[in-house]
Amino acid sequence: MECLKGKSAYAGVALGKIAVLSKQDYVIKRKKIDSPEHELERIEKAKEKSLEQLQALYDRAVVEVGEANATIFEVHQMMLEDDDFNEEIENIIRTEMVNAEYAVAKAGDDFSQMFASMDDEYMKARATDVKDISERLVRNLYGKEDNDLNYSEPVIVVADDLSPSETVQMDKNKILAFVTVHGSTNSHTAILARMMNIPALVSTPLNLDELKSGMEAVVDGFTGEVYINPTEEVKNQALEKIQKEKEKQELLLTLKGKENVTKSGKEIKIYANIGSVSDVGYVLTNDAGGIGLFRSEFLYIGRNDLPSEEEQFTAYKQTAQMMAGKKVIIRTLDIGADKQADYLELGEEENPALGYRAIRICLSQPEIFKVQLRAILRASVYGNISVMYPMIISVEEVLKIKEIMAEVKAELTEQGMPFKDIEEGIMIETPAAAMISDELAELVDFFSVGTNDLTQYTLAIDRQNQKLDPFYNAHHKAVLKFIKMAADNAHKAGKWIGICGELGADLTLTKTFVEMGIDELSVSPSMVLKVRKAVRDLD
Amino acid sequence: MKNFEYTIKDELGIHARPAGVLAKEAKKYASTITITKDGKSAQATKLMAVMALGVKNGNTVTVTVEGDDEEQAFEGIKAFFENNL
Repeated sequence: MECLKGKSAYAGVALGKIAVLSKQDYVIKRKKIDSPEHELERIEKAKEKSLEQLQALYDRAVVEVGEANATIFEVHQMMLEDDDFNEEIENIIRTEMVNAEYAVAKAGDDFSQMFASMDDEYMKARATDVKDISERLVRNLYGKEDNDLNYSEPVIVVADDLSPSETVQMDKNKILAFVTVHGSTNSHTAILARMMNIPALVSTPLNLDELKSGMEAVVDGFTGEVYINPTEEVKNQALEKIQKEKEKQELLLTLKGKENVTKSGKEIKIYANIGSVSDVGYVLTNDAGGIGLFRSEFLYIGRNDLPSEEEQFTAYKQTAQMMAGKKVIIRTLDIGADKQADYLELGEEENPALGYRAIRICLSQPEIFKVQLRAILRASVYGNISVMYPMIISVEEVLKIKEIMAEVKAELTEQGMPFKDIEEGIMIETPAAAMISDELAELVDFFSVGTNDLTQYTLAIDRQNQKLDPFYNAHHKAVLKFIKMAADNAHKAGKWIGICGELGADLTLTKTFVEMGIDELSVSPSMVLKVRKAVRDLD
Repeated sequence: MKNFEYTIKDELGIHARPAGVLAKEAKKYASTITITKDGKSAQATKLMAVMALGVKNGNTVTVTVEGDDEEQAFEGIKAFFENNL
């Protein structure tokens, strides 16, 4: 067995035989020609044929993946007719007196190289598009048909890279998964795989020469791993995961669109937690009522500088738009402790969990905080956005935040930038905040309990230290009392309260939370329907 | 010669599809339509060259129109930017 790790472009698990898709490798020979006119005529004909094929692909893609995703084939048609591309081909033919196939391949390489070298992920991914059209043109010059991509039995398609046209030509009932050596999670293949609901891995370091169609493999789109010639054990684990997924799908079908109401009619909202824009798809497929926690840290981590206002604005706007009017609660930067970003130079600390983190950074460096608030406010006009602040311990902090928020709003107004007056909430994740939740409730629109930190701070137990496990009790009365206290104080002030930590998804506590009058539970997308079921099973 | 400045609002910038539609639109006019960003220029009729400018959301480009029908072309292209980008 061999196990390789790629990047997951779409989750899900598949077990089956692989089909290695090798590019039709015609060695494109460079031949001297006598008549450039003749070569140009051949190109015209091949181009016409290519345009027809692309139109057919477009029509097919509209049906399979919708108009928005089909436009790529319109773009291919336009690229094929691009002046510069055609001029370069003609130029090569005329100056080098070479055959059309060679000239097209050369021009295709040049242009795809140009895109590949751009410092923009989107444009980089366009290199594949250029290759796709030039290969199509070459195929038509040679009079060859498209690769036969109709398999007789369902297979895991393994390829160096898949062009959009190859992806869409496949009969999706015959595809178990996609695994490519190249390609990014931004590529059309990845997008189409998501639309088609097929597990997909990209950037997987496979050696295609060693693989043969018919070999067995397991693809795990959750971990990004692919196992070639898997052991019985791995196969059984995969089957289990596939079975689980199937059960989830069935649960989904029965619970989708249903309300989160107990038998006696008590209602609770169930939202989902996300860590990046790419998770929104899971939020929607799992039928969550909104996003209860958007961890904005992912925008700040794994890079060398602060994300710009535009970058953040785009991420928030996209999320709000995709959620189409459903609530999206963005938590402002919660960095520090176990989540580090070197460029912020936060420094080493004796007690990072009790240290310089989250709102403490934002209030000490308002220039960073303001950029985020501007981006959130600007995105607010595209949907139903709320904001919440982490690690609050005092009334003074909330007042200071309000001051900064007012400044940001005044600046936006002055610059003529539209924004909405959004709901502002705070996290209840310190014992201090819970204890003074009566005062805090007067100042904000809602509370959201972060149970992981609240538990750690209440019990004075470091969750990373396994030696402390025997002392740890996730259901400790002290924590539950704090949550109850915050809930009562929120309701007294006419505000609402949610839970966004791990406890929210603890099905043994669902009853307790409903009884406390918790208004909203925010859980990982995969838990939404399970919590819904637990709520509906309550009396 | 007429020109205008425009700040891109589309979140992907001038990506493939609008660049393609722009090329089609620009071909309707006899005037030469040039897009300039940070000193680099591309003719609007040339899809790949325009994409290669790498114009992103928030970037400001200068669009120059020059030719016999520049009045019409100016209005048409300006409207195209405002509606699509």
